[in-house]
Amino acid sequence: MIRDITIGQYYPAQSILHRLDPRVKLVGTLLYLISLFLFNSIPGYLVATIFLVSIIRMSKVPFSYIMKGMKPIIMLLMITVLFNLFLTRGGETLFHAWIFTITEEGLRTAVFMAIRLIYLIAGSSLMTFTTTPNALTDGIESLLHPLNKIHVPVHEVAMMMSIALRFIPILLEETDKIMKAQIARGADLESGNIIQRVKSMIPILVPLFVSAFRRANDLAMAMEARCYRGGEGRTKMKPLRYKSRDRMAYIVMAVYVVAVVVIGRYVPFHIWIF
Amino acid sequence: MKHNMIQTEKLIFEYEKRDEEGNVIGTSRAIDEVDLGIEEGQFIAILGHNGSGKSTLAKHMNAILVPTGGTMWVDGRNTKDPQELWNVRQSAGMVFQNPDNQIIGTVVEEDVGFGPENLGVPTDEIWKRVEDSLKSVGMIEYRHHSPNKLSGGQKQRVAIAGVIAMEPKCIVLDEPTAMLDPDGRKEVLRTVRELRHRKHVTVILITHYMEEVIYADRIFVMDHGHIVMQGTPREIFSQVDTLKSYRLDVPQVTMLADELRKRGLAIPAGILKKEELVEALCRLN
Repeated sequence: MIRDITIGQYYPAQSILHRLDPRVKLVGTLLYLISLFLFNSIPGYLVATIFLVSIIRMSKVPFSYIMKGMKPIIMLLMITVLFNLFLTRGGETLFHAWIFTITEEGLRTAVFMAIRLIYLIAGSSLMTFTTTPNALTDGIESLLHPLNKIHVPVHEVAMMMSIALRFIPILLEETDKIMKAQIARGADLESGNIIQRVKSMIPILVPLFVSAFRRANDLAMAMEARCYRGGEGRTKMKPLRYKSRDRMAYIVMAVYVVAVVVIGRYVPFHIWIF
Repeated sequence: MKHNMIQTEKLIFEYEKRDEEGNVIGTSRAIDEVDLGIEEGQFIAILGHNGSGKSTLAKHMNAILVPTGGTMWVDGRNTKDPQELWNVRQSAGMVFQNPDNQIIGTVVEEDVGFGPENLGVPTDEIWKRVEDSLKSVGMIEYRHHSPNKLSGGQKQRVAIAGVIAMEPKCIVLDEPTAMLDPDGRKEVLRTVRELRHRKHVTVILITHYMEEVIYADRIFVMDHGHIVMQGTPREIFSQVDTLKSYRLDVPQVTMLADELRKRGLAIPAGILKKEELVEALCRLN
C-alpha cells in the first residue's frame, strides 16, 4: 500500500522543469501556493488554470499520474466541500431540506475551495515529481543558508533529510522481512479490532527500531571513516548555479503572480455561473 | 627504520565490561600487546575467527578506535594524536561489512563524491576522481543508478570506489564479503586484486574466509587478541593442524593435499590452488 502513494515521489523524465534549479522550483511553488489565495474571481482562476496546465504540459509528467496522487486527499476534499456547502450562508437559497440549506454563497465557496485545494496539491506535487530528493535537500539547504547566522544547523538538517530519504526504501524492505518472519512464527496481524491490531504491531516495530539504531550506528561510523566532520570546509560535487533558464523561470513566475493578482482582483468579470 | 605503512607497538585495546546499572565490573582485552609492521604497497590479509580481535584491530587503522595502551602509527602518524585524526583517516580508507549501511548518497556517483567533498576537494577535481574511481572498480555504467537497486557485490564495489576517491595510501577492508553470496565475493575480491596493481595502494583484507587470502603477500592470523601466526600464504597453509586449532578452515585443496601427504604421498606442504595439486599428483608417477 505504501508503495502506491505517488504524492511526493520523483517522476524521472527529461523536461525543462526537471532541469531547473531546485531553488527556482521551491520559490516558484511557494509563490504559486500564495498566489492561489490572493484572488477570488473567475478570471483569476482562469489565469491560474492556464498557468497550471501549461506547466504540467511542460513537465512531461502524465496528467493521470498527477491525478493518482490526488487519491489520498479525496476524503479531505469531500469534507471541506461538504462543510463549505452547508455551513456558508449568504445570497439566495438554492436548496432547503430539513436542517440542510445550500445557499448561492455556500456553493460558490465550496467549489472555489475544492479547486484551490486541487491546484494546491497539483502544484506542490509537480515540484516533487520533477525534483530528485537530493536536489530538493540541496535547494532547501541553500535557501535556508542565511539562517546559519542565527545558529540554525541548516547543513546538518539537510544531511539528515537526505539520509532519511536514502533509508526509506531500505527500512520498508526490512519491515516487509520482519513482518514475514513474524507471520511465519504465527503472528496474527490481520484480524481483531483496532486495538488488537495496533498491539500486534509491537513485534514488528521493536526489531525494526533495533535494526534502525544499529544501521544508524554503522552509518555514522562509515561517515566518520570517510572524514565527514559537518558542513564546514566541505566542497560540493554538484554545486547549485543559476543558469539563464533559471532566471527566465523567475521572470515567468513574477509575470504570473502579477497577472493573477491584477486580473483576479481588478478585472470586472462578474458573470457568475451560479 | 624502514618506513612502514602501518606500525604498532605493544598495541592494547580493552573494552570495559559493565553490569546492568552501567558500573564497570572489569575489562576484557580485545587486542593484547600486538606488534605489527605492514610495508607500503603490500597485500596483507588478517585472518581470525569471530572474536579474535581482527575487526578491532582494523578499526584502529582508521582511528575509529584509539589504543588504550601502546601505540599505532599509520603512515608515520600516531593515531592517538587528535590533530592527525583526519590525516590518518584520509591515508587509511576503510570499507565495512554491511554494504547497505555505508552508502550515504542516493545516487552512486554522489556517494563516491562524498569523501572528496568532506576533504574540501574542488568541484572539478571531485568529478575527475569520481569518474576515475568508478572506472577502476568497473561500476562507471551505474553512475546514475540508485544504490538500492544494486546487488551486494556491486554495492561493495561502490563503497570501495568511495574510498579510492579519497586517494588513500592504504585501504582497510573489514570483512567486506561476509554478507555477500559467492558470486558477490568473487566480484569484490577480483576488484580488490586489480585495484592493487592499478593504484599501488596497500591493501589490508580482514576476513575469515581462507580462500580469499591465497593471493596475499603476507598473512597474519589472530586469536584471542594476539597475532599467533604470520608468513606467506604458503607458509601459513602448510600448517594445517595449527590453523585448525585456531578454528580456521583451510581451503579444500590444501586440506586434501595435507591429508594425502599424511598418508605418505610425496606432495609438498602448503598447496594453495587446484592446479598445483594436479601438478604435484602428476609428478608422482
